[in-house]
Amino acid sequence: MTFMAISPHRALTIRTPEGVLFSLPLATPISRFLAWLLDAGCIAVLTNIASLVLRSLGILSADAAGAVTTAAFFIIQIGYGMALEWFWQGQTIGKRVFGLRVMDVRGLRLHYSQVVIRNLLRSVDGLPAFYFLGGIVCLVSRHAQRLGDIAADCVVVRRVRLAEPHLDSLLKDNRYNSLKAYPHLAARLRQRVSPAEAAIALQGLMRRDELDPEARVALFAQMADHFRRKVVFPDEAVTGISDEQYIRNAVEVLFHEPGAFAQSPS
Amino acid sequence: MIIHLRKFIETERPYWHALTEMVDAFEADPYRQLAFSDIKRLHYLYQRASADLVKISTFSAEKQIRDFLETLVGRSYAMIHSSGRKANRFRPLLWLGAVFPRTVRRHRRALALSAAAMLVGGFLGAAALVADQDAKDVLMPFEHLQMDPATRVAEEETTDGPHRLAGSKGRFSAFLVTHNTRVSILVLALGMTWGVGTLLVLFSNGVLLGAVVADYVVSGQTPFLLGWLLPHGAVEIPAVLVAGQAGFVLAGALMGRGKAYGLRDRLAEVRGDVVTLIAGVAVMLVWAGIVEAFFSQYHEPVLPYAAKIAFGVTECVLLMLLFATGGRRSMDRADPLPTACPLSDGR
Repeated sequence: MTFMAISPHRALTIRTPEGVLFSLPLATPISRFLAWLLDAGCIAVLTNIASLVLRSLGILSADAAGAVTTAAFFIIQIGYGMALEWFWQGQTIGKRVFGLRVMDVRGLRLHYSQVVIRNLLRSVDGLPAFYFLGGIVCLVSRHAQRLGDIAADCVVVRRVRLAEPHLDSLLKDNRYNSLKAYPHLAARLRQRVSPAEAAIALQGLMRRDELDPEARVALFAQMADHFRRKVVFPDEAVTGISDEQYIRNAVEVLFHEPGAFAQSPS
Repeated sequence: MIIHLRKFIETERPYWHALTEMVDAFEADPYRQLAFSDIKRLHYLYQRASADLVKISTFSAEKQIRDFLETLVGRSYAMIHSSGRKANRFRPLLWLGAVFPRTVRRHRRALALSAAAMLVGGFLGAAALVADQDAKDVLMPFEHLQMDPATRVAEEETTDGPHRLAGSKGRFSAFLVTHNTRVSILVLALGMTWGVGTLLVLFSNGVLLGAVVADYVVSGQTPFLLGWLLPHGAVEIPAVLVAGQAGFVLAGALMGRGKAYGLRDRLAEVRGDVVTLIAGVAVMLVWAGIVEAFFSQYHEPVLPYAAKIAFGVTECVLLMLLFATGGRRSMDRADPLPTACPLSDGR
């Protein structure tokens, strides 16, 4: 319960010299563990490949082959994370797959010493086994850092890709919007609805199919009640339409009404 | 006010994609040189994306777009604001002969603490073994150390048949190097336990070493002991001490005694030095591993003890000279040596 409460919402907030504030979502311990498991698998594969390749050296000298194999195993195990995080700007194969990236806590580029320290300190984070100590520290630290991250002053963030809301497909069945018949009231609705409220209504519509029927009815009833109190439309505009349809109309007014947008920066 | 989301996205998307492409290309090859026109374009796109982020944060709460823009602005910010300091060309000999010893000297108190922990453990181990010979299996839980020193010396000095390491010296050497490096990394990493873990590992190693030394000295096998341990121990033991030093440097930064600034700055201050120290330890352990496998394990009559002891003493003197004087001349000349590891950030 505690884990659920603290893990999904943590973010690293940075203020740029230009005064822009942005937040980077921090990786959860679970996603980091999964990435680590994948990396452990990659290390196992690499060591097996190295073993197969270096076995051929045994034709020349079994001792030399054994020595080189031992050294290669060590270099792969220690160097895998360091090399990939340095050359891939904070990512390993596991982190790439799970969309994670190691970053300097100030949002700047990683320096080599940071990469080295956070990887060397895996030996203490891994104590007594399976990253138990590192996991505990990660759960309780403000920026979800294990000991290696704290020493190296870095964090692991999630990369977010552009996912545009498909408003057109969302509203394509909205052939008649009764609220649009009262432009002055529609304008008042846009004025009185906060960005957060507008976003909640939009998200409600976008995710409506994921809800149970009862929950869906209850949710839209609550939202419609809230929005109806913002602006009172005449009875003929709202009589006979469902709560969900009311929200659909309101969202179209809020997000789609021509002339309601701010000027883009030139 | 709510912005017209679709129009906003349609207008700005080409700029976001252009910035994404530039950042992707830079992240794929961080060493590429950008033309001045590219830098100006990058700066414009970054500022535009920042303005879009401010706008969408202020006028609309569309979460997906905001998350995307925050990530994009964050990546661009890292690209634009990270130090463009030109990296020093790595000169291995200069690093080993000047940077590494200077770093060791800079943290001499941590080195002294590391040596003290091992010495105290050594004295206690030796005293415990002398006081109670039956404690041998507790103090030295390794099979080859359990036997009577005189018996072992007699076995080792037998020249009948091939040497026990014949045909496996390379593997043995590689094992020693990798194992000792792992232990040294652990000693360093345990610095994050405010140095307690580092102290305990050094102390326990001291106990083991002290017990071994006492066991062989009491049995009258001092020449064998010196000939066996000195050639590799003259470098290996200082390497472990330097690893402990790195752990204590880290612990000192954590504790911050006498420092007026915050934890992050304290850790950043020592990070480069810690990397330098552990890299130096790795180099020392490679040398020690080779010597141990190819030299230390041969005894009289194959190799006279006097020669082995002289070799060990020479190594010891050279190492002390390196730590005591390495990099001093370049400091006098105000040579622009890197302050820490050439791989470090120098912050």
